[in-house]
Amino acid sequence: MKRKHLEERFFLFLMIVSMVVVVGSLLLILGTVLARGLPALDWAMLTQTPQGGYYLGKEGGILNAITGSLALAGGATALSFAMGLAVALHLQNLSSRWAHLVRLSLDVLWGVPSIVYGAFGFTLMLLLGLRSSLLGGIMALALLELPVMVRAMDEVLLMVPFELKEASYAVGATRFETAVKVLVRQAMPGLLTAVLLGLGRGIGDAASVLFTAGYTDRLPTSLLRPVASLPLAVFFQLGTPVPEVRERAYAAALVLTAIVLAISLLARLLSRRLERHVIR
Amino acid sequence: MGALTALAAALVPLIALALLMRARPLLQLAPLGELLTSTSWRPLRGEFGFWPFIVGTVWVTVLAMLLAVPPCLLCAIYLAEYAPRPLREAVKPLVDLLAGIPSVVYGLWGTLTVVPLVRDVLAPWAGTNLEFIPLLRADNPTGYSVLAGGVVLAVMVFPVIISTAEEVIRAVPDGLREATLALGATRWQMVKGVVLRRAMPGVIAAVVLGFSRAFGETMAVMMVVGNVAQIPRSIFDAAYPLSALIANNYGEMMSIPLYDAALLAAALILLLVVLVFTLLARVALLRAVRRAA
Repeated sequence: MKRKHLEERFFLFLMIVSMVVVVGSLLLILGTVLARGLPALDWAMLTQTPQGGYYLGKEGGILNAITGSLALAGGATALSFAMGLAVALHLQNLSSRWAHLVRLSLDVLWGVPSIVYGAFGFTLMLLLGLRSSLLGGIMALALLELPVMVRAMDEVLLMVPFELKEASYAVGATRFETAVKVLVRQAMPGLLTAVLLGLGRGIGDAASVLFTAGYTDRLPTSLLRPVASLPLAVFFQLGTPVPEVRERAYAAALVLTAIVLAISLLARLLSRRLERHVIR
Repeated sequence: MGALTALAAALVPLIALALLMRARPLLQLAPLGELLTSTSWRPLRGEFGFWPFIVGTVWVTVLAMLLAVPPCLLCAIYLAEYAPRPLREAVKPLVDLLAGIPSVVYGLWGTLTVVPLVRDVLAPWAGTNLEFIPLLRADNPTGYSVLAGGVVLAVMVFPVIISTAEEVIRAVPDGLREATLALGATRWQMVKGVVLRRAMPGVIAAVVLGFSRAFGETMAVMMVVGNVAQIPRSIFDAAYPLSALIANNYGEMMSIPLYDAALLAAALILLLVVLVFTLLARVALLRAVRRAA
């Protein structure tokens, strides 16, 4: 065989090995979480808050963390969506130089580590005189989700055909009416996907809520009180020396992974389903 | 709307400014150069030397990149140039899935799988067979090490590098491919000589994006890297990255004078480094896509 064909075979082999490594590590992670989490998961884990002696292995569950995470990520996603949609719509009307600058800035924000958002949220809270609370967590997470959402919404808004906007302007609609009634409706599947992307990023993030949301054994009741969250439930429970509590960390990780995967599957399904209503 | 857009555009400098304001008391204590290069970290005595943490971050990140870049590039090339369409359509969602897994879950996987692997298999093996290489000296029996952090981080940056690199490789015009194949080149020769050369700026950008993701990653690394404030001498030593320093000590930061300033200064260092790298990568990426198209 010629040398070039040998080389071809050799690199093809390496590529297939790499594919196996990458896909295999994904399966390994999911498999580990499932295998360790499932035996530790029971109904009480999902429906109870920590009772007395919970952190020594007595009864209770992680309902505080589940509801806390939903409240944090839900609030942050709502706030971030409201701000993000305005920014994404405004981007469509900016001159290309400014739009370019804003997009670059959002791309950079996307890369900012979440611990930095946590630290920034913390300085904001010092400024406002807030202590660690649901509100503080929501602010930090909303900022963390903002670049993901705006860039995703921006991408779909860019795909709306220019003729649709022209037609809308031609019948006398203002820019605002066109944005809300034509652009948003046309881009709806993409916007929903953007929201779910943001939600997925927000619910899994630990480093930013560490500073800002605190942790508690109670259910979230007030914006000004600390809340628990699933990622921190995993982290704190894994750090204890009691084996039963560590088991619960595995269960919490399984719940968190299941929620994140469900969100990402839902995003895929929804965008496919809703795409049928889009005018092309 | 305009105000919100301006806010979004100005958020990065705003964050930097806010952190700088809070970190300023520390900068008045000692010059920046001394803070960055001093190795003595004794908050109670007012000594804040960031050097061990900076070195820790660099070790873990560089090791992660060494582990991640070759398989990621091969994978991206395979997906873009070789894989039949159904396989590509099946693998890409999986890679996206990998990107969506929360970092604590990576950390959990690291403590359950990677740390025992390092402790029970890799470290003893290196201890008996590779003792003569100082970088591989294994005298840390716990398994919580630079290597464990590097492996976990490498898996975390897989999706970042693969999806970006695959995109830029696919953006290379088909005409170039056809011309190369028509001259009798094999596919790999085409990839090596033409496609990669054309896509190089974008591929470098993909690697840099992965680097900046790894550089600031906190929870997963902190769960497996050992968190000992020392300068690691071997990949089996424990390290203490900057991000872990911030996350581990937020509890006591308001009770020791200047501690909060020091931690927020650490956050500022992270932000600035990531900022420089992401900006470079993004600008290179825009150029690359424009040139390829």
